Formats: sequence, C-alpha cells, structure tokens
Amino acid sequence: MKNCIQTIQDYGLRSIGIGERRLPTSDFTLCEQFTLIGSGMMWNIYFGIMALVTGFLLATALAVGKSSKNRYIRKPAQWFIFLFRGSPLFIQFFFAYFLFLSLKKTNPMFDAFTSAWLGALIVLFLNTAAYSGEIFYGALRSIPKGDVEAADAYGLSGWARFRRVIWPTMLRLAWPAYTNEAIFLFQATTLVFFSAFPAWRQEGDALYYASYFADKTFNPFIPYPILAFYFILFTLFIVWMFGRINTRLNRHLPQAQKKKLRLRLNLAR
Amino acid sequence: MKKLILTTAALALSAGMAMADTVRMGTEGAYPPYNFINDAGEVDGFEREVGDELCTRAGLTCEWVKNDWDSIIPNLVSGNYDTIIAGMSITPERDEVIDFTQDYFPPAASAYVAASADADIEDVVAAQTATLQAGFVADSGATLVEFATPEETIAAVRNGEASAVFADKDFLVPIVEESNGELMFVGEDVALGSGIGVGVRESDGELKGKLDEAITSMKADGSLTALIKKWFGEGAVTYGEDGSVVTN
Amino acid sequence: MFSFCADPDALGTFRWFSCYLTNGVHMSFYLSFVKVLVLLAVTAPVALSFGFAGAMAARSHVFPVSWLGKGYIAIVRGVPDIAFFLFFVIALDQGFEWMRHQILCPDWDAPIRQGNDFLVCSNAKLPLGSAPQWVHQTYSFFLAVITFSIVFGAFAANVLYGGMRAVPHAQLETAEAYGMSRRQTFWRVLVPQMWVYALPGLSNLWLVLIKATPLLFLLGIEDIVYWARELGGTKTSRFTDYPHPDWRMWYFLFLLVFYLGFTRVSEIVLEKLMVRLSHGQATTGGEALRKQVTA
Repeated sequence: MKNCIQTIQDYGLRSIGIGERRLPTSDFTLCEQFTLIGSGMMWNIYFGIMALVTGFLLATALAVGKSSKNRYIRKPAQWFIFLFRGSPLFIQFFFAYFLFLSLKKTNPMFDAFTSAWLGALIVLFLNTAAYSGEIFYGALRSIPKGDVEAADAYGLSGWARFRRVIWPTMLRLAWPAYTNEAIFLFQATTLVFFSAFPAWRQEGDALYYASYFADKTFNPFIPYPILAFYFILFTLFIVWMFGRINTRLNRHLPQAQKKKLRLRLNLAR
Repeated sequence: MKKLILTTAALALSAGMAMADTVRMGTEGAYPPYNFINDAGEVDGFEREVGDELCTRAGLTCEWVKNDWDSIIPNLVSGNYDTIIAGMSITPERDEVIDFTQDYFPPAASAYVAASADADIEDVVAAQTATLQAGFVADSGATLVEFATPEETIAAVRNGEASAVFADKDFLVPIVEESNGELMFVGEDVALGSGIGVGVRESDGELKGKLDEAITSMKADGSLTALIKKWFGEGAVTYGEDGSVVTN
Repeated sequence: MFSFCADPDALGTFRWFSCYLTNGVHMSFYLSFVKVLVLLAVTAPVALSFGFAGAMAARSHVFPVSWLGKGYIAIVRGVPDIAFFLFFVIALDQGFEWMRHQILCPDWDAPIRQGNDFLVCSNAKLPLGSAPQWVHQTYSFFLAVITFSIVFGAFAANVLYGGMRAVPHAQLETAEAYGMSRRQTFWRVLVPQMWVYALPGLSNLWLVLIKATPLLFLLGIEDIVYWARELGGTKTSRFTDYPHPDWRMWYFLFLLVFYLGFTRVSEIVLEKLMVRLSHGQATTGGEALRKQVTA
C-alpha cells in the first residue's frame, strides 16, 4: 500500500510532465498501470470538455445557419456539417496535421498547432460542432409551431425571441441526443495520440499508457480493461451530469409531460 | 484475428510431412529490407527468403501471415500463428514471454538521421512508438517524440519537427541514399538487443529445435551470409562457418 | 498488368501511372474496398439483431434478463471502440477455442494456460492447423463481424429500446382491448410501429459504423485506410519498381471522397426509407404524407 502511494506521487501527474521522468520499465504492478492510465485520462477529459464547450457555441451557430433562408449562410453551414460528419475522424486528423505543419513553415505563429493540446483540440472542436450542429438543426425543425407563435404574441422578436424561446426549446429537444454526442466525443479523444499527433516526452492520453503497458507486458488483458473501466466511470458521470442539466431544462414542465419527453428523445443515436 | 494472409504457402514438401499441420509464420510486412510487401502484394524481403529456406531445411510446410506489430506477440501466444519472423530483436523482456531461436541476424545497429550534419542528437529525437529505439531515446536524456509509423518519424525530421530520427540503421540506409543529400547519418551507431531470432511459443520446444538446427546449417554452409549480403550490402555484419559474428 | 510494364523506369507519366495503379498491391487496395463494403453489409443486420435482442432483454420483466440487457448496453457503450477492439478479438477467439476444447477433448490433461501460452488440443483449434489460408481469412473476417456487431449492437439496442418506448401507449392499449396477448401485441403492434421511431437513430448509427471502418485493421482486416497508409508512404527504388515520395496526402484525399460519397448515398437511401416507413403512421411525417395524397 505504501508503495502504491509512492507510485501515485511519482506518476499521478506524469501525463502532463510532472513527476518521475522515466516510465516504469519492468515488474509492472497493477498500481502503476492504474496510476499511469488514470493520469493519461486527464488528457481525454481535457480534450472532451474543451471541445464540448467550444463546439457548443459553433454548433448553435451552424444549426441557425443551416436553417437560414439566406443561401449564402445556409450553404456553407450545410457543407461544413456534411464534410465533418461524412468523413472519419481518422482522416480529419491526418489532414489537419498536414495542414498545421505547412502553416508552421510559413509563420512561426502557428508553432503550437502541431502539438496535440491545440491542434487535436481544434479538430475535435470542429468535429463535435458539426455533429452537434446537425442535432440542434433537427431540434430547431421540430420546435412546436405554437411556441413560436406564442412568442410573437408576446411581442418578442429577433434576438429576444431566439434567446428566450427558440434556443431553450431547441436545447430541451436536442438534449438526449446531445448527451450521446458528448459520450461519442469523449471516446473519440482516444484517437488523438493513437493515430494522429505525436506524443512528446512519453506524455500521452489513457490509451497511450494502456498500449505502453500492453506492449511491455505483452498482455492486453490487463491494461485495456483498466482503460475501459475508467471510461465506463466517466461515461456514467457524463450521463449523470447531462441528466441533471436535462432536469433543469425541463423544470417548468408538468410531471407527465416530462416523462413523455424522455421517451421521445431516446431516438437519435 | 490478425491473420491476414497475402502470400501463398511456401511449398516445402518433404515426403513424410505431407499430412502435417502447416507452420504459420507471422510477420509485419512494413519493415524493409527485413520484410515488406512487394509490388505484387506478397510478403518479400530478407526474412521471407530466410524463412522459406528454414522451412525447406526443417521439412516444414509454411505459410506467411501478416499481423500488426503491436499485437504480434499476444497473437503468437494465443496460437494464431506459430512463429514470429519480423525483425524482432531478442531482448530479456520478450524472452520472458516467448522463446527465441538462435539469432539469424547479428545484433543490428540503430542510428540517428538528421537533416543537417550539426544536428543535436540530445535535442528532440523522433522514434516509432513502442520500439526498442523509443525506449533508448527516453533513457538517453533527449526529448523523445513518438510517432505511430516509421514513415512519420522520417517526415518529422524533414519538416523540422524533430532534429533527428533514431531507428534501425538498415531501415534508414536506403532512405538516406535516396534523399539527394537532404538527410544524413549523425552521431554514433548504437547496437540494441542481441541479434534477431525467430520467436516461438515457450511450449513449442520441438519447433524451436528444428528451426535452431536449420539456422545452424544455414550459418555453416554460408547461405545465410549470402542472403545477408544480398539484402544488406557487402559491408554488412555476417556469420562465420562456426556461427560466430564476422565484421566485413 | 500491361505488357509495357516490364520496365517502369522507361515509361512516360501516363503509362507509368497505368502500370503503377494496376500492380498487385493496388489490386489488394481495391479489393479492400470490396472487403469493407461486404463487412458493412454483413455487420449491419447482425448488429441490428444483437440490438434487437439487447432491447428485448432490457424491456424484460424478468429481472436478471433485464439487468443483462441494460448491463450490455451500458458497459459496451461506455468503452471506446478502439480499446474494445484492442483486446476483445483475442479474447473472443480464445473463448471459442476454449469451448471447443471442453467439448472435443475431454481427456486432455495438460493445462490450457501454460505460462503465457494459450494451448488447446489440436482438434479444438479454430481454424484447424491444417486448414487452408482462405479458411483462416474467413474466420478472421467472421471475428471482425462479431466484434463490430457486439459494439454497434449495444448502440442499436439503446436506439431500439427508445423506439419501443416511443410507440404511443394508446396503440398498445387498443391491441389489448382487441384481446391480443402480450406476445401478439409485441409482434403485431409494437414491432411494426417502432421502426419509424427508431430509424433516425439507426441511420445515424449506420453513418457512425461507416466511419468506424478505419479501425478494422485492429481486428486484422486490412482495410482501405491501412492500404492508403502503406501505399502512400515513401517508397525507395530498392524495394519497388515504382519509387515515389510521400504520397499519403493523395491517397487520403481519395478516401475522403469515397467516404463523403458513401455517406451521401446512404443519406439519400435512408431518407427514402424513412418516407416509406412513415406511410400510414401516426407521426408528423406520416401526417404530411397523408395530406400530400389527399391534397
């Protein structure tokens, strides 16, 4: 037990470069595997949360853009969503890395873009914005006509109508599907170091450390289930968190209607 | 599982063995000149020729299987193929999990390649994830930057992401030769591992014995040396008739 | 392929490319497109049936069964597919062999696990050691289909579970009023109606499935992305007649077009399917169709 506390001190923050410089190289204990893979989870959580928060804003804009009557706004939004939803993240990462490298050559300002913390985040941000944008767009289309008419009757228009009536209703309708998108995005963060961006100084995400151990011990049956364990925990957390927000979004509805809403929206994904 | 097979069986038909199980040879197919996929889509390279010859001598029927490097050992111990012949250096860690035959290729040198002669090999060094070389760089004190494929490690040096790449020298030689002077070797070569052997399951002593015997005979009659020279050039380190390592 | 391909160095650009793009490795590349499409075509119905079973289990009134169903959905959905693929196939293969070993070799006294080795009697090996190559290949393809289906079955189960619950309760009550048993209500009323509710989710899942195919190489299937990387990488003249610098960019561009096209075609087909399913349904879509006809 004492040893394990020592291990946590040495490797708990290893994935962000704090602690022991050398990774363990022999006699791997379960504690080391749990600690390092858990340490790597910080990257997954960082990518997940940052991309979700920034992606949310762009997604709203894309959804509004896609339902715009002006074709110069609608078309770019449509194409953006199609491009990012229609191609594997794998390929998006590849092209992004290529692009960032050539940008870097033209101007040192772009230096940080080839590092995972920024470059991969940008790709994940654009990717999740496209997926969530489509979900929000679907929700926008199914906002009950009565709600919008009622807003008109109250004399709300333009921004005020959007902010007070359309946007909250859209969120309420889209929320369950959006929860799924959050789970997918969080899982997609494992691709960052796996295929696209290089790992510096052996600082990587949970999958990076899991495959490090699998490679050193030649036994995939311990590190990958540990990784799976962490992800299941975090997925449960996301579901719980989003459930709380959902309750808040629907707090004004009568009980019976709340239930109905839940039923309807398990549909997408 | 990763049992993708591109090549046809190497037909080593000795009369009495006709009914025996096929020996499946696992390789990676992405590591020239040891093993790679040729224009026809077949496994080719130094190890293809050595492996086929070993099978003939040991009287085995063999077929080639391609497998991803990361899971090449788990799939061997799980019984999805019977040997690993994929440029795998014999190391104590690997030896704990699987058995190796004697080496059929002397300890291979690893080397640094950079885009300029004065590159600092203590600075940022690129290596493929989860290789001996990556481990060596991590221990050397340089800043290690790991890429998923060897291709990307070379690209990293070309575009300035890393000041040097550290990899198996025989893999680097043709790349440096054809780079029109853009890339060059820097620093000292480093010998890692204790030669390249055929990996077999620990419980598979019989197969190991047969392969060992075949390797000994290939060393003794000079055919192994001839193959090494064919694939790695006249200057390569080879074997003497008694199996000792000879520097040319 | 062509007779003039014997000496590629001497060829002009056009002829060089016609030789390069038709050599053996490129044929494997083209074949991998077929492989991926076949795999998708097989996986979709299998995953759907896994999903259906999972959803039925989750709805069950017998507690252990519903826990099993819900557990399957929650656990498999919670694990990133990469992590799942990295260890599950080996486990699945060993599981099959272990079962065969128990049945076929009851007299075997040596342990199955010897140190690191996993050893079953030679009759229990899958495929048998003497089997020809194509059997091995088919088996690995089969394992990949099963693994994909288990993962996507969990997502499908979640969608179908939602779809079943979305069927208006009045419909089920009406069926009961007509004297249908639980079983009859399920098969004759609930199942035919749930598809229209589940289809948006299933369509989305199909698109996600298409985009998961680059992970096939983890399951031992050499998919299109694997080949694009292999073929696009720098080739030196020592090991090929067609040396070229890093061309991965172009190969990936080609894949991008392929995936976008495939997505577009899928979207159009699924949209048509949605229209068909909406016929006569008590939904907004069905209502709109009804109006179109009467108008």
